[in-house]
Amino acid sequence: MTNTAQTDTIQPVVGLEIHVELATETKMFCRCRNHFGDPPNTNVCPVCLGMPGVLPVMNGRAVEFAMKVGLALNCTVPGYTKWDRKNYYYPDLPKNYQISQYDLPLAQNGFLEIPLSSGETKQIRVLRAHLEEDAGKNTHDIPGCTGVDLNRAGVPLLEIVSEPDMNSVEEVMGYAKSMHRLVRWLGVSEANMQMGHMRFEPNINLHITRGGVTYKTPIVEVKNLNSFRALENAVAFEIQRQYDEWQGNPEGFVLAKLGKQNRGYDDGTCKTVFQREKEEAHDYRYLPDPDLVPVTVSDEWRQRVAGEIGELPLARRARFMADYGLNFKDADALTQDAPTGDLLDQSVAAGAEAKRCVNLLLGRGAAVANERGCAIADIGVTVEQLAELAKMMSAGDVNATAADKIFEKLLAEGGQPRAIAEKQGLLTVKDLGQVEQWVDAAIAANPQAVEEIQSGGKKQKKAFGFLTGQVMQASKGAAPPAEVQKLLQQKLG
Amino acid sequence: MSTRIDAELVRHIGKLSRIELTDEEVSAFARQLGDVLEAFGKLQELDTQNVEPMAHAVELANVLADDAPRPSLTTEEALANAPDRVENFFRVPKVIGGGA
Repeated sequence: MTNTAQTDTIQPVVGLEIHVELATETKMFCRCRNHFGDPPNTNVCPVCLGMPGVLPVMNGRAVEFAMKVGLALNCTVPGYTKWDRKNYYYPDLPKNYQISQYDLPLAQNGFLEIPLSSGETKQIRVLRAHLEEDAGKNTHDIPGCTGVDLNRAGVPLLEIVSEPDMNSVEEVMGYAKSMHRLVRWLGVSEANMQMGHMRFEPNINLHITRGGVTYKTPIVEVKNLNSFRALENAVAFEIQRQYDEWQGNPEGFVLAKLGKQNRGYDDGTCKTVFQREKEEAHDYRYLPDPDLVPVTVSDEWRQRVAGEIGELPLARRARFMADYGLNFKDADALTQDAPTGDLLDQSVAAGAEAKRCVNLLLGRGAAVANERGCAIADIGVTVEQLAELAKMMSAGDVNATAADKIFEKLLAEGGQPRAIAEKQGLLTVKDLGQVEQWVDAAIAANPQAVEEIQSGGKKQKKAFGFLTGQVMQASKGAAPPAEVQKLLQQKLG
Repeated sequence: MSTRIDAELVRHIGKLSRIELTDEEVSAFARQLGDVLEAFGKLQELDTQNVEPMAHAVELANVLADDAPRPSLTTEEALANAPDRVENFFRVPKVIGGGA
């Protein structure tokens, strides 16, 4: 980004902390349900209420989910990891400390490859990923007091911390969305933004070069962003705000003098707002949690979890382009989630032509998915249905229009493609005698079009198309278009 | 131990713990905490040159539970010990701003 008036060169520098709620059945240290939306204080027990004398027991699946994300992010998963207490006092934290990981996280030093609009990819380094427990929820809409619901207290949370490797809003969004796709892909989180399964905290500052001197603006951490839109707005706003403030005071508005600041985000105005400096905010007095024993990760365990990861989104997208001849856009659309690509792979394995399946999935399939707000894989088509329909197209049994109608019908009512085609009269008519009758009827009924074709004027092409359309209409789309055109040419040429 | 427990440190800890302390309490706690630290300071005299650091007192690792739900308390039981409640929530004084 360059400002022409001043010829300043501005490089945004952004790191991102992402909190991901893991989709375990139960909480991290007790066996209360991990479930969003239940009535307040129904999924609570002495452990997650922080009663005295209770002992937490670590959820094995939460550890495996965290390992899986770490390994998929190319992280080292060390052989030894432990649990620490982070002390702070807030009503949604009943024990007055949060169980987290301080110096020995479950995963560290990895990277995530993100797509750029140029078609290139960029590696964003991941500093660490550690497990911790979520806090409860404060309700502020009761007059005169705050109500605390502890259903969420103790839900496993994976905090993934990036290095400050993102240099634009586009890269921040690419990273956030790639991470969202990855955790869903791995099946470790629903990552439903509306349910708060994923929260962002970007750290933003600018490196501004003016007249050969580089100035660094104070780093701002924006707390608790709950949607992609909020993340995008907050980062874009901060980049502009920091540049504006720096211009007013180039020597004073710098990191060396002002340090790090926290800001909140206002959803109504889409702006970040100053938060009162919390003077002792970072005095968390971490200490090893004596209630929890460490976790040691053997090579066998690490390898088993790594073996469950399978093909990741970018690798699958590249394979779809190479093996199925798809363009980037189609391959990308089919690798937003794992099941949609699985559907394609399995249909091809069942003998269908990839291109036909892709056209069905990204045509009617994507439209229906969009309407229902679900993934393409969730529109309710089976591998058998998709493969059969694609094969019928390849064999010339149905044309594209008919296939679309069949697809629509089977999504609405279920059933087998061939049976639907027969019932609806959508099979291509291969009886050329029948086709010829339709052609003759169209010629007899449209003398003006016939004359325009035979006179060879500039209306010829349009009239030919019109007659073809009449035949197709008479056949209810069942006539093979190539045959129709051949017959028309023979008869009128 | 190099850390001295003085009144300022006690006030700081009190603030972190969200508790108000009277001047009498500050000086009493400074003395008591100082005594505790001094007792632990004794441990510093031990020679730990050839002792491996230890994160846990028990020689155990990987105590992991199956991810299978068990019954929770009823809401009434959960709220029974609360000093105050509003509807089915724990009731606390009005909170403004974020947590950690």
